[in-house]
Amino acid sequence: MRRTALIALLSHWRHRPGQLVTLVLGLALATALWSAVQAINAEARNSYASAAATLQSAAQPVITRPSGPILLEEYAALRRAGYPVTPRLQGRIQTPDGPLPLLGIDLLSWPGLAAPANDDTDAGSAASQPLTPADLLTAPGRLLAQPDIARQLANRSDLPPVITHQAVPPGRILTDIATAERLLNRQGEIDQLLRTGPVPANAPPLTSLLPGATETQPDSPDTSRLTDSFHLNLTAFGMLAFAVGLFVIHGVSGLAFEERRATFRTLRALGLPLPVLTRLVLAELVALALLSGLLGLALGYGLAAALLPDVSASLRGLYGAQVDTTLQLRGSWVFGGMAMALIGALTAGAQGLIRLRSLPLLAATGPDRWASAAARQIRLMSVLGIALAAAGLTALSFGGLLAGLAAIAGLLLGAALTLPALLRLILTRIAQRARSPLSQWVWSDMSAQLPGLSLALMALLLALATNIGVTTMVSSFRLTFTGWLDQRLAAELYLTARSDRQAQEITAWLSPRVDAILPRRSVDIQLANQPGRIYGITDHATYRDNWPLLAATASPWDQLQTGAVLINEQLARSANLWIGDTLPLPNSQSAPIVGVYSDYGNPRAQAITGLSHLTRQFPNLPGQQMGIRIDRSQIPQLTRQLRQTFDLPADAIIDQRRLKALSLEIFERTFLVTGALNVLTLGVAGFAILTSLLTLWSARLPQLAPVWALGISRRQLAWLELLRSCGLAALTALAALPLGLALAWLLLAVVNVEAFGWRLPMHLFPLDWLGLMGLAILAGALAAILPARKLLRMSPAALLQVFSHDR
Amino acid sequence: MTVNRRKMLRLLAAPLAAPLAAPFLASPLRAQGFAGLGTDAAGFDIPQPGYRFDFPTDHAAHPTFRIEWWYLTANLRDAQGQDYGIQWTLFRSALAPQDPEGWQNPQIWMAHAALTTQTQHHVAEKLARGGIGQAGVTASPFRAWIDDWHMSGPDLDRLHLSTQAENFAYSLTLQADGPLVFHGTNGLSTKSASGQTSYYYSQPHYQITGTLTLPPEPGAEPALPIPVTGQGWFDREWSSQPLASDQSGWDWFSLSFASGDRLMAFRLRGDTGDFTSGTWITPQGHTLALPNGQLQLDPQDTHTVAGRRLPTRWRLRLPAQQIEGLSTPATDVTIQAINPNSWMEVSFPYWEGPVTVTGSHQGRGYLEMTGY
Amino acid sequence: MLLNVRSLAKSYDDRLLFDNVNLSLNARDTVALTGESGSGKSTLLHLIGALDAPDQGEITLDGCRYDDLDDRGRATLRRTRIGLIFQQFNLIGSLSVAANLSFQARLADRSDPEWTDHIAQRLGLTPLLGQSPETLSGGQQQRVAIGRALAARPALLLADEPTGNLDESNSDAVLTLMLDLVRESGTALFLVTHSDRIAARLSQRLHLSQGRIA
Repeated sequence: MRRTALIALLSHWRHRPGQLVTLVLGLALATALWSAVQAINAEARNSYASAAATLQSAAQPVITRPSGPILLEEYAALRRAGYPVTPRLQGRIQTPDGPLPLLGIDLLSWPGLAAPANDDTDAGSAASQPLTPADLLTAPGRLLAQPDIARQLANRSDLPPVITHQAVPPGRILTDIATAERLLNRQGEIDQLLRTGPVPANAPPLTSLLPGATETQPDSPDTSRLTDSFHLNLTAFGMLAFAVGLFVIHGVSGLAFEERRATFRTLRALGLPLPVLTRLVLAELVALALLSGLLGLALGYGLAAALLPDVSASLRGLYGAQVDTTLQLRGSWVFGGMAMALIGALTAGAQGLIRLRSLPLLAATGPDRWASAAARQIRLMSVLGIALAAAGLTALSFGGLLAGLAAIAGLLLGAALTLPALLRLILTRIAQRARSPLSQWVWSDMSAQLPGLSLALMALLLALATNIGVTTMVSSFRLTFTGWLDQRLAAELYLTARSDRQAQEITAWLSPRVDAILPRRSVDIQLANQPGRIYGITDHATYRDNWPLLAATASPWDQLQTGAVLINEQLARSANLWIGDTLPLPNSQSAPIVGVYSDYGNPRAQAITGLSHLTRQFPNLPGQQMGIRIDRSQIPQLTRQLRQTFDLPADAIIDQRRLKALSLEIFERTFLVTGALNVLTLGVAGFAILTSLLTLWSARLPQLAPVWALGISRRQLAWLELLRSCGLAALTALAALPLGLALAWLLLAVVNVEAFGWRLPMHLFPLDWLGLMGLAILAGALAAILPARKLLRMSPAALLQVFSHDR
Repeated sequence: MTVNRRKMLRLLAAPLAAPLAAPFLASPLRAQGFAGLGTDAAGFDIPQPGYRFDFPTDHAAHPTFRIEWWYLTANLRDAQGQDYGIQWTLFRSALAPQDPEGWQNPQIWMAHAALTTQTQHHVAEKLARGGIGQAGVTASPFRAWIDDWHMSGPDLDRLHLSTQAENFAYSLTLQADGPLVFHGTNGLSTKSASGQTSYYYSQPHYQITGTLTLPPEPGAEPALPIPVTGQGWFDREWSSQPLASDQSGWDWFSLSFASGDRLMAFRLRGDTGDFTSGTWITPQGHTLALPNGQLQLDPQDTHTVAGRRLPTRWRLRLPAQQIEGLSTPATDVTIQAINPNSWMEVSFPYWEGPVTVTGSHQGRGYLEMTGY
Repeated sequence: MLLNVRSLAKSYDDRLLFDNVNLSLNARDTVALTGESGSGKSTLLHLIGALDAPDQGEITLDGCRYDDLDDRGRATLRRTRIGLIFQQFNLIGSLSVAANLSFQARLADRSDPEWTDHIAQRLGLTPLLGQSPETLSGGQQQRVAIGRALAARPALLLADEPTGNLDESNSDAVLTLMLDLVRESGTALFLVTHSDRIAARLSQRLHLSQGRIA
C-alpha cells in the first residue's frame, strides 16, 4: 500500500519537473550560500589557529633592538641567564611571482612545531624518505611551506628542498635559522627574539644583556577581535541568504502541497491512514532535502573556493591576518550545511504537514475564510516586528560591536515583520482612493494577496535593504578612501635604500635633481600600551598642505619637531585619546597630541613626530626610507638614473600611482565578497517571489476567472498580473530605502568604529537607489512573467473550469 | 600543542637518543669492518683499544664522535630521612663530525633533569645547538651547561650543580672522595657480542650537600628549598657506535653498597639474546670488569606506567669472583624502585629513578630502563 | 431579434456535445434551458456568453457577430452586453459588497448609481454594502452576484444554475427577485437549470438532449 501511495505521491514530480527543479534549486541555493560562508569562515579560523599554534606569536612578547640586529653572542648570553627566548631571522626570497617572506627560527628552541612529515609532499620536492634531523638542521636544510607555496618553489635549484607543512602560516616560508642565514646571507644575525615564558626572578635585566632592546606585546588579540567581526559580518550574510532561501523552499513546498491536495484526499479516501501519509510526505521531504543539501554543498564549495582568495586578500590587507587560499572540506561546515538544509526543508514543509492533518476527506466548498485569519496574523507580525526593532535600537545604548550588530539584526528583522502590515495599509489607502473599478480591484487584490506573498516580499525587503546599506557603506568608504589616498600619498616617488649609508649617498645625489626629499624613520614601540609604530618626519609643505587631519590644534606641524605627536584615528578611538591629551609612551614617557589623522587599512596604532626629535630618542634608527617630490614628467628618467647609479633592488622605488592602485585594489577586493553575496542574495529573493507567485497560482485562478468573465481580456489580466508584481516589488523597494540607509548608518557609525577603528562620513547615492529600485522592479517583473504567460496562453476552457460545479 | 612539540622534539632529539632507540642510527654503523679503521662511513671517529685518556681534556666534548654524555645521578636524603633522587644529564649528538662556530654547527645538545621522591617524579628537558654558546662542556675549569642549567667547578672533583626547571630546582655541591673508575678494558666498554664499544668511565664517589626545591602544593605557599645530603655517581661515555641493530633497549644499574663496594651493571636486550656487562668497584676504587654472562639479572615484578609495563623490582646475582688479585663476595640482591612511576616523559621517553638494595648487600642506587 | 444562434457545434475532449443547435431570443424573453448532466447545456451558455468559442456555427448578439470579434472584442461584449451568474457566486473577495455590486457596471462605464441603489434595495443588500463578501451567507452572496450582473443593465443575462448552491426556500426567494429585476431592467434571461420547478417559472423552456434542442 505504501509503495503504491508513494508512487502516486512521487508521480506529481514527473508531471511537474519544473517544480522539482525549483524546489531542489531553491534549497540548494540556500544551502550553498550558507555553507560557502561557513566554509570561508572555517578556513580562515583554521588558518589563524594554525598560525597561532605554529608561531605562537599570538600572545608572546617580542624583543627587538631598534638600532640593529641582535647578535648571536647576546642571544646565547640571554639564554645562559635563563631568558626563555627564541630567535627569528626574517627576509624575503625572490620568486617570479614576487618576493615571499622567509622566516628563520631555531627549530631546537622553538616552543611548538609539529614534526614535518615528508610523506605528503605533492610539490615534487624531496623523495618520500623519512626526514632526519640532519636534513632540517644542516645544509642544504629544508624549507617548510603550505602546499601552494611549496609548488611555487619546487624545482628551484638555488633553494633547499621544500617540505609541505600544514602548520606553516599561509603565504610564508619557514625554515631553520641556519638555513635562513645562508639564504639571506646574514650570518650570526637575529631580527627579533620571542619570549616564550617568564624570566626567572634572579635574572639580570634585559637591557644589561641586550643594550637598546625593547619588548613589545604583539597585537594578535586585537587582530582576532577584528577578524571576528569580519567573520560575524559574513555569517550574518550567510544567515540572511539562508533565510531568503527558506522563503523559496516554503513557497515551493506550499505549491507542491496545493497541487497535490486532490491526490492526498484520494489517498486518504482510499484508506491510507493519516500517520502513514504524513510519514510518506515527511520521507519525501527529507529525501529532497538531502538531495538538495548535497547539491548545495557542491555549489557552496565552488562559491567558497572562488571567493576565498579575495577574502584572504582582504583579511591580509585589513588586518594583516594570513589566511590560506586553498579550501578544504571540513566536517564543521559540511555537516552544518546538511543540517541547515534538513532543518530548512522541515521548517518550510511544516505548514504543509500541518495542513495535511487538517485536510478534510471531502472537498471543501463555500467561501474561503482565511482572509480574516491572515489579517490577524499580519497584525501580530507587525507588533512583534515593532518590538524587535525597538529592542534593537535599545541595544545601541549599550555600545560596542555586539550592540551594533544586535541593533542591525533587530532593525532588519523587525522591519521585515512589519512590512506586510505596512504594505496592507498603503494598498488599502490607494484602493480607497482609486477611481476606476479596475484599479480599485487591482490594488485591493494586491492587498488580498499579501498573506501569500509576504514571506517573499520580506525576503526582498531584506535583500534590498542590505544591498542599499552595504552599497552605501562601501561607496562612502570608497569616496573617503580615494580622497584620503590622494592626500596621504602626496610624494611622487617612495624610495627604500639598502642601507643608511646608501640612503645618504642617494640623498646627496638627489638633492640637486628633485623638488624635495622627505626622509622618514620609524620604530615599533608601545603607544598608549598598544603595539604600534612611530614615524619621524621632517617639516615640509607637502605634509602641511596634504596630510589629512581629522582634528588638529592651531599649528600642529610646528609642534612636531619639539616632540608633539599626531596619532592615527585607530589609536585615538581605541585608547580614547584626542587632541589636547598626551600619548603615553614606554618608560613612563609621554607626548602631547596635536592632531588626529585618518589611517584607513592599517590595523595598528600609529603616531608621527618630528624626525629630529625621534632620532634624539632613538639614535640608531635605520634611515633608509624617503619620499621624493618631483615633477611627474621626470619620474621615468629619474627612476632610470637612480637604478643605474645605485644598486637598488627592484622594489626599492615605488611610484605613488602604483601604490595607490595597489591600495585601491586591496580595497576593492575587500568588498568584492560582500558585493558577490549581495547580488546572490538579491537573486535568491527574486527567486522567492517567483515561487510564491507560482504557489499562489492555483488559488489565483478563481479570483481571475470571474473578472475575466465580467469582461476583462486575458491579455489585460496578464499585464495587470505583471504590474501587480512590479508594484509590490517597487513598494517593497521604497520601504527598503529608509531601512537600508539606517543600516548604512549603523555600519558606518557603529560597526565600523568598533570593528575597524575608524568612523566614516556617510554619503548618499540616489542614482544607486534608482538603479536598485529598477532592479527590484525587474525582479518582480521576471518573477511574474511566468504566471502572466501562463494566463495569456490559458484556454478559455481552463478558465471556465472555475465555474464548473466543483473544483 | 604539547603533543606537537613533543613530536618535533622527538625528531630533533633522535640522534641523541640513539642509545635509547638504536634502530634510528644503526644502519651506517652496522658494518663491523669499519671498527679497525678509526672512522666510520660518515667520518666520525670510533673508539680504539689501547686509547690513553688525557685529563682534564677528555672531560670536555669530543665533537668528532657521534654521541657523548655527562650523566649524574644521586641518592639524597633530608633531615627527616626522606629519600630523594636526582638525575642531571647532558647529551651531545653530532649530525656531522665538525664543531664550527655559529648556527651552522651540527652538534646538538640535549639535557634532562629529574627530581624523584617516593610519590613524585618531575622531569624537564632542553635542546640547544652547539657552536653558539648556548650549550657545551669545557674541561678546565670544568663547565657543562645548557642555557642556565650548569654543572661547574675548578675541576671534576669539586662541582656545583644548578638547575632551575619550570616547577622544580636543585642547587648541589659535589665533592669527590675517590678516583675515577674505568669500565671494560681500561675504559673501552663493549656493548654487544658483535663488538660495539664506547669509552666509558665514572666518578662514583661524590659526597653531595645542597638543596632541592619541589613544586608547591596546589594553592600553597611556594615551597622552601629542602636541605639534603647524599652520594652521587657521574658517568662519562662517548662513542660513535651505539647499540647493535637487533638490540631494543637496556637496563642499567649503578649501586652503592653499605660495605663501600659499588657495582655498575647493564643488560642490553637483543633479539638473539641479552648482553650483560658490569664493573665491580671496591671501596678503594679498584675495579673488576664483569664480562658478558657473569651477571644474572631477573625482573621480579612489573609496574605499568605511561601505558607501558616495566620491571621495577629486580633480582641481581653475581657469583663470587676472583680475578687478578681481587675477590668479590657472592652477590644476590633485590633492587626495588623507590618510586615505580619514575617515567621520563621526554622526547624519547624512558624510565630512570632511585632504587634501594636489599639481600646479600644493602644499599642505594639508580636504575635506568630504556626501550620498553 | 436579440440573440441568434445557428448551427452551433462543440465537442470537448473528442466528445461531441452538440452539432447543430439553433435558437433565438428576443428582448425581454426569459428562457430556461434544461437537460441532463453532461448534455452540454453549460457549454452552450458559455458559448453564448462569449466565454468560449464554438467549433462551428454562428452566434449573433444585438447585431454583433461573435466570429468578427477578437479576444478583446469578446471581453468588451461581455462587459457591456452580458450579465453572468454562476452556481459558484464568484464574487471578488478583496472588494466590498458595494464595490462588487457596481463592479461590472463601472467596468462597462454604464454605472447608474440610482439603479444600483435600487437593485441593492430590492435585493435587501443595503445594510450589507460595506461588508466583505466572505462575511455573507450563500443566499446573500448570490444576491450580490445577481445585482452585479444586472447593474449594467445588460441586454442578456446568462445564469447557470443560479440557485444550485441554495436551499429550496432561499432558492425560490432569490429566483423571484432575479425575475423581478430582469423584468424591471428589460433584460432577456437565458437560464440553465436541471430543475423543472425553476424552468416552469420562465416564459419559455428549451430542452437539450442528445445534441438537439427541443
